[in-house]
Amino acid sequence: MGVTITEKILAVHSGRDIVKPGELINCEIDTVMCHDVTTTPAIDMLEKNDITKVFDPERVVIMPDHFIPNKDIKSAEMVARIRRWAQAQGITNFYDIGRHGVCHALLPEQGYVTPGKTIVCGDSHTCTHGALGAFSTGIGSTDLAATLATGKLWFKVPESMLFVISGQLPDGVYAKDIILKIIGLIGVDGALYRAMEFCGEVIDELSVEGRMTICNMAIEAGAKTGVINPDAKTLEYVSSRSAASFTVYRSDSDAVYSRTMEVDVSGLEPVVALPHLPGNVKFAREVNDIPVDQAYLGSCTNGRIEDLRVAAQILKNRTVAHGTRMIVVPATTEIWKQANREGLLDIFMSAGATVSTPTCGACLGGYMGILAAGERCISSTNRNFVGRMGSPQSEVYLASPATVAASAITGKITDPRQYL
Amino acid sequence: MEGKAHVYKKDHINTDEIIPARYLNSDQESELAMHAMEDLDVDFIKKVKAGDFIVSGADFGCGSSREHAVWALRGAGIRAVIANSFARIFYRNCINNGFLAIECQDAVGKVKNDDLLKIDLTDGKIVNLTRQQTYQFQPLPGFAREIIEAGGLMEKIKKELK
Ligand code: SF4
Repeated sequence: MGVTITEKILAVHSGRDIVKPGELINCEIDTVMCHDVTTTPAIDMLEKNDITKVFDPERVVIMPDHFIPNKDIKSAEMVARIRRWAQAQGITNFYDIGRHGVCHALLPEQGYVTPGKTIVCGDSHTCTHGALGAFSTGIGSTDLAATLATGKLWFKVPESMLFVISGQLPDGVYAKDIILKIIGLIGVDGALYRAMEFCGEVIDELSVEGRMTICNMAIEAGAKTGVINPDAKTLEYVSSRSAASFTVYRSDSDAVYSRTMEVDVSGLEPVVALPHLPGNVKFAREVNDIPVDQAYLGSCTNGRIEDLRVAAQILKNRTVAHGTRMIVVPATTEIWKQANREGLLDIFMSAGATVSTPTCGACLGGYMGILAAGERCISSTNRNFVGRMGSPQSEVYLASPATVAASAITGKITDPRQYL
Repeated sequence: MEGKAHVYKKDHINTDEIIPARYLNSDQESELAMHAMEDLDVDFIKKVKAGDFIVSGADFGCGSSREHAVWALRGAGIRAVIANSFARIFYRNCINNGFLAIECQDAVGKVKNDDLLKIDLTDGKIVNLTRQQTYQFQPLPGFAREIIEAGGLMEKIKKELK
């Protein structure tokens, strides 16, 4: 009987020939990514337990992003501490201001994600990197401290669910719409503890960036990770960014899944996830009378160059509605520069939007775009929980960059197809 | 282990509700505790006494990986969360901190707010002293119990590294 890509990667990294769902394993970790919020507690734990050296400074990558540039004195102290610690540990993979960006966009962009790797980070959206055929999952600070100390971490081998995405993706419908649709179908705990594996002709057609958008939101269905078997596109993306050697694993054709679900997207339309769960999915046209105070384009889900291009195409020679504000946050410094070269930033500014430096910022209600009580935001991010982007009395509607841009123009939730 | 139940009969209580992101610039348990469950129930911190329990629905702790959620609850005095099911990272974080996350659907269905509960870990039993009921739960898997018995994952690792 065949095995899945996830089982293959976990077996190799725990020194076994084969692992089965449900088994507890101690797994070698290839790359540990650290950001600002969850790392200081891990450093505290290491120090408290007299663990003075990380397992391998070369395998640690530090990317402060949540409150970067520093939001306030406390966050400044937090990053200062991480900077001192990294220096003392000899960790040179440190992405400070000027090279900074949202960690899940920056890690693959800078070539740290290659197929077959195991990657952890103290952040739930670490599942993003499975888009390149890696095993990648979010952990807490104690897990982070343990991994930094030993290079290993305990896991229960997850069952895998297979999502076969078939049909032809209509114009104006994007990777974000696909994953929101799936979460709407299976619910926010529909993949609890499991690996969500995506395949099919639509996935093959998607860019690597679009695949990242899909895997990024696996956690919003409760999954341990999202994963896509590497293909020629993956290898091209990786080889242009990394000189490291790697092994490609793919699921066997007779691999065992706890559930297989076929999703035909031929009839899909642009969707919006209504407050306060990513699974509250409706077609954009069904809710097109809802006014929005803010339109937010950014984050590890949809702050990549492709996303900015789609939004800019819609906003070109148009303006953001009076009474609505639009905030554009390119996810990394490289994306910012690229968008600048292509004239996208100019399109946004001319339309009356503002463009910020890369940061997580408002995505998690940190700063740079916080909502007041009673305000509504249409956002290309991944969570619309109560208070996620500000006041507990505010509302977040999740959508694709195209829908965010179209909604900014009209000042209410809008199906983007009329602007294509 | 004896304490009062604070019942939140809701599924998918997420980490933003347990501790909003605006307070994540601190990792001090006492500071986080002041804002525990704030966006769900502003009076939470006033109601809770040391040793109390939270009883809730399915998928408790979904959302972000912030361990601050566990620390905020523990800082507020919560001894254990009893729920229908837990989100994955929150569950790991509980075990790694030696904090109790107990899956027990029977209890969730029957416990009412302010009931006095007693938890017996070895037998996998929750006794409702107010209503004279007993609920069974699956004791934690061996590996998780090892971590909890060591006093958390870091303690366990420290011993192993020696
Ligand atoms: S962009 Fe938002 S979801 Fe992504 S890592 Fe930052 S805070 Fe988390």
